Amino acid sequence: MTAKTLFDKIWEAHLVTEVKEGPCVLYIDRHLIHEVTSPQAFAGLEKRGLGVFRPRKIFATADHNVPTKDQHLPIREELSRNQVAKLTENCQYHGISLFGLNHPYHGIVHVIGPELGITQPGMTIVCGDSHTSTHGAFGCLAFGIGTSEVEMVLATQCIMQQRPKTMRITIDGKLNKGVTSKDIILYIISQLSASGGTGYFVEYTGSTIRDLSMEARMTICNMSIEMGARGGLIAPDEITYDYLKDREFAPGGKDFEKALEFWKSLKTDSEANFDRRHFFNAEEIEPMITYGTNPGMGIRVNGRIPLLKHIPEENKESFSNALKYMGLKPGMKMKGKKIDYVFVGSCTNGRIEDLRLFADYVKGRKKAGDVTVWIVPGSKRVENQARKEGLYEILEQAGFDLRQPGCSACLAMNEDKVPAGKYAVSTSNRNFEGRQGPGARTFLASPLMAAAASITGVITAPGDLL
Amino acid sequence: MVKEKFTTLVSTCIPLRIDNIDTDQIIPARFLKATSREGYGNNLFRDWRFSSENVLNRDFVLNNPDFKGRILVVGKNFGCGSSREHAAWAIFDYGFRVVVSSFFADIFKNNALNIGLLPVQVSPSFLTKIFNQIAEDHKIQLKIELNAQEIMILKTGERESFEINQYKKNCLLNGFDDIDYLLNIKEKIIEFENRKQYIWLK
Repeated sequence: MTAKTLFDKIWEAHLVTEVKEGPCVLYIDRHLIHEVTSPQAFAGLEKRGLGVFRPRKIFATADHNVPTKDQHLPIREELSRNQVAKLTENCQYHGISLFGLNHPYHGIVHVIGPELGITQPGMTIVCGDSHTSTHGAFGCLAFGIGTSEVEMVLATQCIMQQRPKTMRITIDGKLNKGVTSKDIILYIISQLSASGGTGYFVEYTGSTIRDLSMEARMTICNMSIEMGARGGLIAPDEITYDYLKDREFAPGGKDFEKALEFWKSLKTDSEANFDRRHFFNAEEIEPMITYGTNPGMGIRVNGRIPLLKHIPEENKESFSNALKYMGLKPGMKMKGKKIDYVFVGSCTNGRIEDLRLFADYVKGRKKAGDVTVWIVPGSKRVENQARKEGLYEILEQAGFDLRQPGCSACLAMNEDKVPAGKYAVSTSNRNFEGRQGPGARTFLASPLMAAAASITGVITAPGDLL
Repeated sequence: MVKEKFTTLVSTCIPLRIDNIDTDQIIPARFLKATSREGYGNNLFRDWRFSSENVLNRDFVLNNPDFKGRILVVGKNFGCGSSREHAAWAIFDYGFRVVVSSFFADIFKNNALNIGLLPVQVSPSFLTKIFNQIAEDHKIQLKIELNAQEIMILKTGERESFEINQYKKNCLLNGFDDIDYLLNIKEKIIEFENRKQYIWLK
């Protein structure tokens, strides 16, 4: 028997058939949908006179385009209200579970999938959102798809895909103080570039990864797409099994024992071959921040923006354009740069551990007066847990405003927009031009760095205030 | 859903010599609020075409009357970022039928093929050649032949072949899409479901 990667095993277990000289037909175990990329797919079904093939394998939430204030009231913006109403109508009509606004399970699709136990090892999971890669932290094949593909999965529970190549990224060693999993992934992308993973499915491995919590692993898999990778996954282990126990939609009782047996088989064989391999040493990683307009443009916060002469010839123009957009100069120090906004949240860093990190850091301190800080929990459950743990009091005492769950300023579809020209330290995943609002300038960083910047009002290394 | 069949196209081009053009540039998230597939062309490259005060940016190539055509020529890693199919819809809706680059992001490429917008991946040197030719003469035309899998600069006769898998090629030539295919193998899908051994995955 040939040795196989975990990716190969899951892919092959879901292969319905292979088209001659074409793509594979993959069976999908879980399909997550939201209000922005699904309405056209439902309309397509209707036009073809088709129903939803397996509604019980689909879960829906409204997250991309919802307000993060006053969620108990009707949505004020008409277009947003329409999208959410359309989702509700489609789910009701087709018998799909919907965790909409005010539902106790409501939240960002990639936060609630794991926390409800919908996401499980060995599965195939898709969603009309590129950050579906998040779920790979559980040892499953999870990837973002377009609306035509959403329609395909609604109609047949299958998708047609070219088999990607495989890449293994190994990170060994102990992390330095103040370094989070966000810094690990920003570091990796800065080394491999924003297109370094295109065409590949990544498996993350090594002692550093093994030591991370599930939530920290999700942050890493989440940003796999920011280096172009189709997805990222981490083999399940005791930490994964413990996390899944007693979750609402995870197998329970005897089924859990049976599931466990299967989950334990989910690993890459020692002799398995990867198309590419990369190795990193955890000790080399320092707190990271981006300075440019793609997530690959990251440096250590104690560093300086590169000089033009150190940029490869073919990237010089885009490097200069990015700095022009950001209002920065080559060779500048990042530390001490004045900022205007801080955003804590998103499917990358909107989980309870992120809020704990942030709250613990700002405890007993005061928010800088001239900085606007949005703290947006990733789900209702995260919000409730934060209350239960007393994090809300800590944050309120330090002068922070807390909002309700949603994607919010990560993509600024709702009213949470950073104004043109303003600087934001953001725990989200993309620093593209205009991503957080037209003309907004984004520095991607960890929740710890967001906390430090909220207190000082300038870019600050988390360690400098400790 | 494939919007149109594709066989051969001869057209002038619009060059956008920028690498890493992400989906937020192609269509900013704030324009994703519609529930239909149409009308996104108006907001294609919105924040490059218009200033934040909604003033037309005359320097941007789409606003330059010298450049017209149904082929968009762009730098490498085009379409990176979000999975929004709206990006492909916007490009198609604006009137393009082909995007030429030396490298496409995966999801964008799938989305484009699924709606009948042809992504043509050429070598970096051929892409440079096209950009240089357009810079010399805005009116040069490219010819794309899907069946032959070939792209040619008409004026110079320089050509290159491009990759596309045979299944997708067939879909585009005939206007089929993946759902047509999948619906035809529904029995196989049900058989597969019955074979699955893990009850909690059923």
